[in-house]
Amino acid sequence: MTVNLALLAAIAVLVACGVTLVLERSLTRILVGFVLLGNGVNLLFVVASGEPGRPPIVNLGDGPMSDPLPQAMALTAIVITLGTTAFGLALAYRAWQLTGHDDVQDDLEDDLIRRRAELDHTSSTFDESDDELPDEEGSDADDEAKEVLP
Amino acid sequence: MSDQLVLLPVIVPLLGAGLCLVFGRSAPAQRVISVTVLLAVVATAAVLLVRADRYGPTTVTVAAWPADIGINLVADRLSALMLLVSTFVTLCVLLYSFGQGIVEFGRESPLSVFHPTFLVLSAGVSNAFLAGDLFNLFVGFEILLAASYVLITLGGTDARIRAGTIYIVVSLLSSALFLIAIACVYAATGTVSLAALPDRLADLPDSVQLLLQLLLLTTFCIKAAVFPLSAWLPDSYPTAPAPVTAVFAGLLTKVGVYAIIRVQTLLFPDSPLNDLLLWAAILTMVIGILGAVAQSDLKRVLSFTLVSHIGFMLFGVALSDPMGLTGAVFYIAHHITVQTTLFLVVGLIEYREGTTNTDRLGGLARKAPILAMMFFVPAMNLAGIPPLSGFLGKLALIRGGVGDGTGLAYAAVAAALATSLLTLYALAKVWSRAFWQPVEDNDVDTEEPVKRGGSLHGRAGVATKTAVESSWQRVVHEQRLPPSMALPTLALVLASTALTVAAGPLFAFTERAATELHQRTPYVESVLGGEAP
Repeated sequence: MTVNLALLAAIAVLVACGVTLVLERSLTRILVGFVLLGNGVNLLFVVASGEPGRPPIVNLGDGPMSDPLPQAMALTAIVITLGTTAFGLALAYRAWQLTGHDDVQDDLEDDLIRRRAELDHTSSTFDESDDELPDEEGSDADDEAKEVLP
Repeated sequence: MSDQLVLLPVIVPLLGAGLCLVFGRSAPAQRVISVTVLLAVVATAAVLLVRADRYGPTTVTVAAWPADIGINLVADRLSALMLLVSTFVTLCVLLYSFGQGIVEFGRESPLSVFHPTFLVLSAGVSNAFLAGDLFNLFVGFEILLAASYVLITLGGTDARIRAGTIYIVVSLLSSALFLIAIACVYAATGTVSLAALPDRLADLPDSVQLLLQLLLLTTFCIKAAVFPLSAWLPDSYPTAPAPVTAVFAGLLTKVGVYAIIRVQTLLFPDSPLNDLLLWAAILTMVIGILGAVAQSDLKRVLSFTLVSHIGFMLFGVALSDPMGLTGAVFYIAHHITVQTTLFLVVGLIEYREGTTNTDRLGGLARKAPILAMMFFVPAMNLAGIPPLSGFLGKLALIRGGVGDGTGLAYAAVAAALATSLLTLYALAKVWSRAFWQPVEDNDVDTEEPVKRGGSLHGRAGVATKTAVESSWQRVVHEQRLPPSMALPTLALVLASTALTVAAGPLFAFTERAATELHQRTPYVESVLGGEAP
């Protein structure tokens, strides 16, 4: 199967731009990224349908017609992308209503664990008498270590 | 003619969803419709199960296209079993949601959206289980995902929008990946039919096969929340309403596991990636359960055990022999019921006490002994205490692993055992804290952490603060649980325990299902009509 280079380049550009945008924080940009990505994938279906330049309708030309099945799939995919994009935009609008921005926020769990680590303190049985002892060998290093800890 | 039965689990819920929208103003009408629809689907699934077991797979070719181009729906033993278990669980959750729906949302509410969406979700799950080609599988996924987007953000509160956004972005990404995989499969083979693919894939060069397999597996591993791709799940599930979380936990990841089983057994039987899958299974089991041990919120503990136990199923699939597959299929059936039950019970706890955080719960064993038993039995079942079905499923998997005999399989067996122990530890921890700790001293330094989190971490901190605060407003309802919520939960508890009693026949059935999967010819012949290799 020979592949149209222009189509491939177009797919590459669309997918690359899409992925870049998906990595953004703002949900609207992410959605635009998915639209680009989706269009790139739809073009991939067109590539999968075989050689370019064949007639799309039966008995239109001499040679074999172009394969309609990937086009049907691409159409289905376009419809699905439309629906999910609409939902995503509604979601972004709702997030903006509630918080004034539409950024995808951090995992709640990360924050809880970070906070738990901050609250972490040595247990009551831990022997802290070392800290009170004045200038012994290596106490400077201990002090430095202590300053780093909250 | 009777073959057309296979279409019903997809069509009837969709029609029911339409009817529900028509009767959007009348909650009783919506209920009657959705219960009738799901009852019909459960009955259909039961018939399909018996037929698949007696006469082999049932296939319907829609609109009489040739089998390798057209849309097929196939019900073999695996599909029928998944269909029956999933629709039964969906029905119970629907009944449960009636009780909660009235209390939580009141009259003019998103309730009118809930029923149609729930039915669409059911249709999507059925379609994914019955799909006979990759593209129809994709459509099934999209139907259930679109419904799940609506359900996970139900009510549009701050916390749900936050969690829902992550879920939706991850799902969109996996969908895009699935489309790329389908395009590549079609370009390489000229078909997406699961029955026609094995033959054509075998003609391809090894490297192309490997690429296609990797693409498909990555997609399904995101859906099934397999370890490196599982981080989205524990964050997004717990904020949804209890019935929604329950049905998501029970079904959505299992659809991913089901797809992995199909791809591994039917399309790539002698796959070089089984070792990789075993590694993924080991990591999923161990890392998932370590997450569960670290949690103090009941819903989060359960979400992490969900991730962890996906590893068990993957373990069985990666062994790729009938014994491992038997264990995996049995384990899926067991896990769907048990995990859903546990989430529903936690929903009951939340309804009664206004929180699911074990730091603030306590003394439930005395206050609500029946509720305690309803938590205890499925929890022990999940941990795999003999003689419950969880133990039997794990035993089958471990026997499969030992039978396999390679070093990696033994490592997976060790990981499975360690995970079972840690599951027991995590569940015993929340059990003793939520149900047995004295009620008085459970309000430990509540103010401070929120202030610090809010001031230190900017945006994320604010989100946390609101989420935590809203969970603090302890909406304590009357002490007696409404029977409409308690009875479906009880039914599920009994059903998950009944799996233990019925383990003999069920195990024999999953054994036959695994053999059928391993042979591959029944499926292929059923679709292509005997012209198969």
